[in-house]
Amino acid sequence: MARESGIISWKELNPGTAITEPGNAAELKTGDWRSMHPETDRGKCIKCGQCYIFCPDMVYAKDEEGYYVQNYYWCKGCGICARECPVAAIKMIEEVD
Amino acid sequence: MIEIRFHGRGGQGAVTSAELTAQAAIEEGKFAQAFPSFGPERRGAPVMAFVRVGEAPIVTREKVYEPDIVIVLDPTLLKIVNVEDGLKNGGIVILNTPKDASEVRRESGIKARLATVDGSRIAVETMRVPIANTTMLGALVKVTGIISMSCLQGPIKRRFGPIGEKNLSACSRAFEETRIVEE
Amino acid sequence: MSERVGIEVSLAVAEAVGLCDVDVVAAYPITPQTHIVEHLSELVAEGRLDAEFIPVESEHSAMSACVGSSAAGARTFTSTSSQGYALMSEVCFIASTLRLPIVMAVANRALSAPISIWNDHADLMFARDSGWIQLVATSGQQAVDLSVMAFRIAEDKRVSLPVQVNLDGFIMSHVIEPLFLPDAEEIKRFLPPFQPLLRLDPARPITIGPVGMPDVYTEARKAHDEVLKASKAVILEVFDEFAKQFGRRYELIETYRVEDADTIIVAMGSISQTASTAVDAMREKGLRVGMASICLFRPFPAAELAGVIGRAKNLVLLDRATVFAGGEISGPVALEVKSALFDRGLSPKVANFLVGLGGRDVTQQNFEEMVERVVTAKNGDLPPYEFINVRE
Repeated sequence: MARESGIISWKELNPGTAITEPGNAAELKTGDWRSMHPETDRGKCIKCGQCYIFCPDMVYAKDEEGYYVQNYYWCKGCGICARECPVAAIKMIEEVD
Repeated sequence: MIEIRFHGRGGQGAVTSAELTAQAAIEEGKFAQAFPSFGPERRGAPVMAFVRVGEAPIVTREKVYEPDIVIVLDPTLLKIVNVEDGLKNGGIVILNTPKDASEVRRESGIKARLATVDGSRIAVETMRVPIANTTMLGALVKVTGIISMSCLQGPIKRRFGPIGEKNLSACSRAFEETRIVEE
Repeated sequence: MSERVGIEVSLAVAEAVGLCDVDVVAAYPITPQTHIVEHLSELVAEGRLDAEFIPVESEHSAMSACVGSSAAGARTFTSTSSQGYALMSEVCFIASTLRLPIVMAVANRALSAPISIWNDHADLMFARDSGWIQLVATSGQQAVDLSVMAFRIAEDKRVSLPVQVNLDGFIMSHVIEPLFLPDAEEIKRFLPPFQPLLRLDPARPITIGPVGMPDVYTEARKAHDEVLKASKAVILEVFDEFAKQFGRRYELIETYRVEDADTIIVAMGSISQTASTAVDAMREKGLRVGMASICLFRPFPAAELAGVIGRAKNLVLLDRATVFAGGEISGPVALEVKSALFDRGLSPKVANFLVGLGGRDVTQQNFEEMVERVVTAKNGDLPPYEFINVRE
């Protein structure tokens, strides 16, 4: 199917507008949508992984030290991670341009 | 083209009779159509089924309004249904009844040609059930000859499996015992 | 060899579908379709048909199961009527744009209210804009043969669309008549194995049925429309192949004595057969009458129809569904016919009748009355449509 950015002819559509490239939703830069972004205070973080579990967009990934790190390409800034963090280690920070 | 109307009660096998008649005709190489009176099926309620038999392909999808032959599977229907409705001039009513024709005429007022046979008694004696639908096909063969007894064999055996033979012997007995009474 | 048997049309359709080696049947019983589905379930239960019979809890589920099974690459069949179609219709629209070659027999029945189990074309018309191919059987034999051809048309890679085989409820579905049933070997030669354009396969995941943003929806609809347009040529090709192999030739528009006809009755479905008896009767009285029966409603074969009826002076156009449009335009079939003629600059005298609604019989005499009406009326005196056989 056409990417949001790309306009293609009806002749190039897959039958039934099927998406034949699995996982291509990962290419969609939902990070553009946000007005706030989460930041983790590593002093408070207990590496429990609640942010990783609750994030609806698979933004968090574990690093070598066991902390969960945000990938801002996908983060929409919904704030669920900050709301769920049991030790209030995550703060939502206003985006500035 | 000959048109036949079966009168029965829901569950007495009028539709099956119509189907077997058409299948026998088709087996003979003729053209035929059989269909029920379309609607919800209700056991015991008066029902009708129809057959057309002809030498050429039958293309009409009309209902049967003016039958050549009317077959009545249940004598109690005469009190509630006008079985002569639309019957063609010279048409015949074939009736399952233990009574003789003059008595039937007196009681029911049927004016058309009449053929009678005690189909229910034959069915009970041959098959131990008072369901005379296949039995009455013997009367149809005797009275009209539009299908033959031999062509009924295949359809009846296929339909009834192990009890096909009993149905056929009931059919043959009805063939022997049917009496035709002119007006 | 084909065998001539006396069999109910519904059962023969089910036998034909069974011979097509269908993989999945998902259906919910509804009068007058019931015998088709019952018989298929018997074939599966008796081991005569190696298929998955899914006894669903509603028609909406039936079509949903069909979408899934067809997308997984299974040859899929279902059947319904009237209210059942109404309930499954949401999913029908999806099946077509997803290009899933499901075959569905519709035993045509009126839509409620009032509740009616009897025959007319309300369901066929309701399905009109769903993007399916709609074949309409004129005879019992055609219903059987179209059921076989439907799989080949649907599964052709140039098409890959769902196909409806419409057969009139009761007056065709419940009639026992002599029919030729093709045998399994013949069908095997006619119908290649189903090879889907795309298949849901865990080893090679794809997404079927994603959202279509405004920047792609129009293109998706255009692509669907183009493939439906192109299907006409494939349908003709399949009719031709079928004729070569089975000796029975079908046309998009079946005709009867139209060559020199001044007046042509345009009908759809099994009443065309009754119409042909009326044509014979009127010919004997010296009236030059003919009959044309539309056997493909979607895509609509406007060129073929205009070719057949274009020279007639008078047309009797029959509709078997009520149109609620305010009375100033004709019924659905008549609208298509008029559009086909208008686009070719043709304007014969036209009468449109709503007939055979909710199981009302249409007799030979009715046809004669309708022909008389159009022949004797002055041009311009005829309303957009009239009801026939309605008590005042």
